[in-house]
Amino acid sequence: MTEYLLRHVQVLLASFGQLARAPGSTLMTVCVIGITLALPAMLYLLVDNTKSVIRNWQGRPQVSVFLKQHVAEQDVLSLQQELARRPETESIELITSDEALEEFKTRSGFGQALDILSENPLPASIVVHISDDAGDAAVIEALVRDIETRPEVDLAQWDLAWVKRLHVILKLVQRAVIVLAALLGLAVIIIVSNTSRLAILNRRDEIETMKLIGATDGFIRRPFLYGGVIQGVLGAVCAIIIVSVCLSLLDGPIAELLALYHGGFAMSGINPRTISMLLVAGGVLGWLAARTAVGRHLRRIEPQ
Amino acid sequence: MIQFAQVSKRYESGHEALRNVSFFLEKQEMAFLIGRSGAGKSTLLKLIIRVENVTHGQLFVNERNITRMKDRHIPRLRREIGVVFQNHRLLHDRTVFDNVALPLVVSGVGHREIGRRVRAALDKVDLLSKERLYPIMLSGGEQQRVGIARAVVNRPPVLLADEPTGNLDPLLSDEIMDIFHQFNQFGVTVLVATHEYRHIDRLRKRVLELDNGRLVRGASEEHG
Repeated sequence: MTEYLLRHVQVLLASFGQLARAPGSTLMTVCVIGITLALPAMLYLLVDNTKSVIRNWQGRPQVSVFLKQHVAEQDVLSLQQELARRPETESIELITSDEALEEFKTRSGFGQALDILSENPLPASIVVHISDDAGDAAVIEALVRDIETRPEVDLAQWDLAWVKRLHVILKLVQRAVIVLAALLGLAVIIIVSNTSRLAILNRRDEIETMKLIGATDGFIRRPFLYGGVIQGVLGAVCAIIIVSVCLSLLDGPIAELLALYHGGFAMSGINPRTISMLLVAGGVLGWLAARTAVGRHLRRIEPQ
Repeated sequence: MIQFAQVSKRYESGHEALRNVSFFLEKQEMAFLIGRSGAGKSTLLKLIIRVENVTHGQLFVNERNITRMKDRHIPRLRREIGVVFQNHRLLHDRTVFDNVALPLVVSGVGHREIGRRVRAALDKVDLLSKERLYPIMLSGGEQQRVGIARAVVNRPPVLLADEPTGNLDPLLSDEIMDIFHQFNQFGVTVLVATHEYRHIDRLRKRVLELDNGRLVRGASEEHG
């Protein structure tokens, strides 16, 4: 077992050596892989941060339940308790008709002019703050329809338009990230595959000699596979650097922009999870590309 | 050890390189394979290590019929046969030691054992002091000796050589042939393709002569 591992370490080091012997082309390949991986990584972080913004937004999803006039206090309390128990509910807030009138006076600018009204025309309302785990727009829509069936309720209202729009946009961007990542992953495979193909052709004589002395295809393939993995992982490291630099450049302006809408949100940078994902993706794509190229070309090389 | 039974080889171009060749080379025997250029010497050696496939007939190596051997078994067959090439086929980016070690690495031999056997092989061809040099730093004769050390390091029962002295002066050529002779005396079956009749006269070994793909001499000593 030790011998087996030792041999793999030797092949790994030899693969590093092979790449180091052509520093120009290796650096170029690594940079191209880096840029290719950095693009979907940036978009992924953009989507991730947008989700966080929505979650932290002061105008987070909420349903305003307007009660009918003259509903008994007991019925209001019962409805309040029922809404609080629902899984979609984060918290609830009761606004009495008097509180509503006071707020209206303050915000509308009519002030004392409203005192001439003999009766308060505003109904009491319950504001249901929706939990983060409530799910998508369809769940909240179902909740609204359910609340509206209650006899005490005059109107249940949710600003569906912007939330729906935002959810759709986010889904679209998420899908776009997946498609882009797949296309760019394919690009990485093509890049590494081409590098491996050239490496194989450059070492044609060596491969023929190895076959003549009894090396199996698996044995000959090994250094090329390591080469592919090394290039993929180095490309991922390059991508991490690119993303980190871009995020540090964008961090200030984005924080300024968000501060205009609400405070307390800090943009999350490239985290250990994203770093691991990039390294694994780079390694796997490099391996896959080398495997494809070597498999195809190795069969064609036979000793003469 | 090596048996050709009515073996023919026709290339895709239509050229018939070997025609009904039959002979038996016994264990620990040494023979020279002679003939003019294009007579079929190299083709015959290529069939033994399955670089080419037999078109008709049967070919046995180490009592195994390799005529229809599956591709996945070929590497193992080649590990059992040491081959010395006219152009050495050394890897120029590796040291003498690493070149000779290659068949052992391929066979999965342990690190320490590799060191021991490579040095023993280099000692046999008198190149122990040059193990750290690169092939480009050696003379033609030395490079050929590295090739021989690589061919025997795995202790194969069969040793093939394709014009091993083709590029060497007579003195070096004799040295190389003497090395093959020594290995044969240690029990290795040796088949050397050559066009230098001088060695045949000097070493007095069996001769297999090919002419235009036909075995015209040496078949009479056929066994089995």
